Amino acid sequence: MAEILVLVDHVDGVVRKTTTELLTIARRLGEPSAVYFGTGVEGATETLGRFGAVKVYVVDDSDINGHLVTPKSEALVAIAEKVAPGAILVTSSSEGKEIAARAAVRLGSGLITDAVDVDADGVATQSVFAASYVVTAKVTHGTPIFTVKPNAATPEPAEVTPSVERVTVSYSAAATATTITDVSPRAKSGRPELTEAAIVVSGGRGVGGAEGFGVIEALADSLGAAVGASRAATDAGWYPHAFQVGQTGKTVSPTLYLASGISGAIQHRAGMQTSKTIVAVNKDAEAPIFELSDFGVVGDLFAVVPQLTDEVLKRKH
Amino acid sequence: MKIVVLVKHVPDAASDRSFADDLTSDRAAVDGRLSELDEYAVEQALQTVEKAGEGEITYLTMGPASAAEALRKALSMGGDAGVHVVDDALHGSDALATSLVLAEALKKLEWDVVICGMASTDGTMSVVPAMISERLGVPGLTLASSLIIEGSTVTIRRDGDDASTTITGSLPALVSVTDQTGEARYPSFKGIMAAKKKPVTTWTLGDLGLEPAAVGLSAAWSAVASVTKRPPRVAGVIVADEGDGGVKLADFLASGKFI
Ligand SMILES: Cc1cc2nc3c(=O)[nH]c(=O)nc-3n(C[C@H](O)[C@H](O)[C@H](O)COP(=O)(O)OP(=O)(O)OC[C@H]3O[C@@H](n4cnc5c(N)ncnc54)[C@H](O)[C@@H]3O)c2cc1C
Ligand SMILES: Nc1ncnc2c1ncn2[C@@H]1O[C@H](COP(=O)(O)O)[C@@H](O)[C@H]1O
Repeated sequence: MAEILVLVDHVDGVVRKTTTELLTIARRLGEPSAVYFGTGVEGATETLGRFGAVKVYVVDDSDINGHLVTPKSEALVAIAEKVAPGAILVTSSSEGKEIAARAAVRLGSGLITDAVDVDADGVATQSVFAASYVVTAKVTHGTPIFTVKPNAATPEPAEVTPSVERVTVSYSAAATATTITDVSPRAKSGRPELTEAAIVVSGGRGVGGAEGFGVIEALADSLGAAVGASRAATDAGWYPHAFQVGQTGKTVSPTLYLASGISGAIQHRAGMQTSKTIVAVNKDAEAPIFELSDFGVVGDLFAVVPQLTDEVLKRKH
Repeated sequence: MKIVVLVKHVPDAASDRSFADDLTSDRAAVDGRLSELDEYAVEQALQTVEKAGEGEITYLTMGPASAAEALRKALSMGGDAGVHVVDDALHGSDALATSLVLAEALKKLEWDVVICGMASTDGTMSVVPAMISERLGVPGLTLASSLIIEGSTVTIRRDGDDASTTITGSLPALVSVTDQTGEARYPSFKGIMAAKKKPVTTWTLGDLGLEPAAVGLSAAWSAVASVTKRPPRVAGVIVADEGDGGVKLADFLASGKFI
């Protein structure tokens, strides 16, 4: 069976859910091998094995995280050249896409980005033009490389005990020419990851200010949801840009998306249109967000949202 | 300092974008425009030159005849010259071919830094800048939310999910900038008039020493198998808040087993 390389997305050895989804997809295509960059592999091997990674290739040197992206791509290419995989799967984050793009050039391989599914024949499904079209596509040249969006598959365990192999890589001058001079970690909110959350509660310009996000966060917490924001809200500095939903922010596809004080501009829709159920609160009955809402309340979010939060808390007990 | 800005002419996102019979993006059906996300790259180039007090900006685009409009728009914001790579054989090129053509064009131009947008608003792959950096073997500082070029040093801030990082490199380099870098200026009337006189050079594949077989739809390394319009979402129940909007919403969520 062909070896399928899955690039592991992790934070200090804690494997992200997207990677377990990728391993699940990889098993349709062949035998998954995980590619792990940086320290902490000891803590990750168990999870990787649980989702079927037969091998784990590890690159852990001072260059892999000391420069911007490129060394990771060169390390992935070095492993791919060694094992001649049947396909390469990478998480569709901005870093993942850059790793994949560079690898496609180096390996002479076709690349499909932002797949929401990949089947056993290597046919990928994508959502395009602000999610108004569904496209299926296949790589026709070289080693197929896919970047896959979060929630593309339900992780299914397939327990194995992986063998761990350390790999040494020599990097190009261009790869090590950039230097990371400062890293300011982001404060953790304690809420679910925006792109992975089952429920997302978002606020827009209608929230009126940073304090206004208090009602959005309270609702999110009552539902165990992630908080999102429109660009109008992040541009105004009311909420951090990392939480922006839309074309130049995150794409989310939760089972429930709750938009308050958001008009529903095309660039916002691009990031949330594929949510299973959409609910909106807006004081303007003509707001385009209602055109895609399964349920909408025309009203002031400062009245409706806190009342909803109370109801949710009440009904939970 | 010599700067090349990569600009793309794209179908307007506000219009009804669709596919042509050969499953490529239908460019004839809708109005085109300079990609909004490339306007941020233009703005950063203009600010860099303004701060340095000197410099030359060339815009480079690859696309059909209509793509010249993107160059004119950029030139009306400022800058000096345009280069348009246009050839019938380019139709249907994938990101790999696009990056090949743009990289070859960049080899013929003089520059210290190449500035790109974060993604094209039609393809939204966000891969062409990294591919060009790879092909040219120059450092790539991608997805800058702020950009400073001083002397031969380029410094960017990149806002990732887990951290905000500062990255430096030296020129020559390729940079891509996000919409966090700051609003792009509007062209002034004077700028629009001046743009009409600025030189735009046209190059074909032959000028770049590329074979038609290396680009275009038939040379793409991935193939679209099917295109389906997603059924539009149907609006559901919309109620006016009469003091019980939150309760009604809770009822709906309960009926969907969300609570
Ligand atoms: C290149 C480009 C990329 C972009 N990328 C993104 C992106 O990634 N994400 C994104 O979101 N946008 C993006 N935008 C911006 C987008 O076009 C819109 O400007 C933005 O989404 C508007 O945000 P909003 O809905 O919060 O604000 P508005 O459009 O101003 O809407 C605010 C809404 O709040 C309602 N409201 C006001 N007060 C209340 C109240 N008290 N109670 C209830 N309702 C109230 C109003 O009726 C209105 O409908 C992008 C734009 C461009 C050009
Ligand atoms: N055809 C093109 N002509 C000029 N620049 C392009 C072209 N395609 C992509 N680019 C540049 O690459 C960036 C990212 O594009 P993409 O990878 O297509 O999302 C754009 O913002 C442009 O700066």
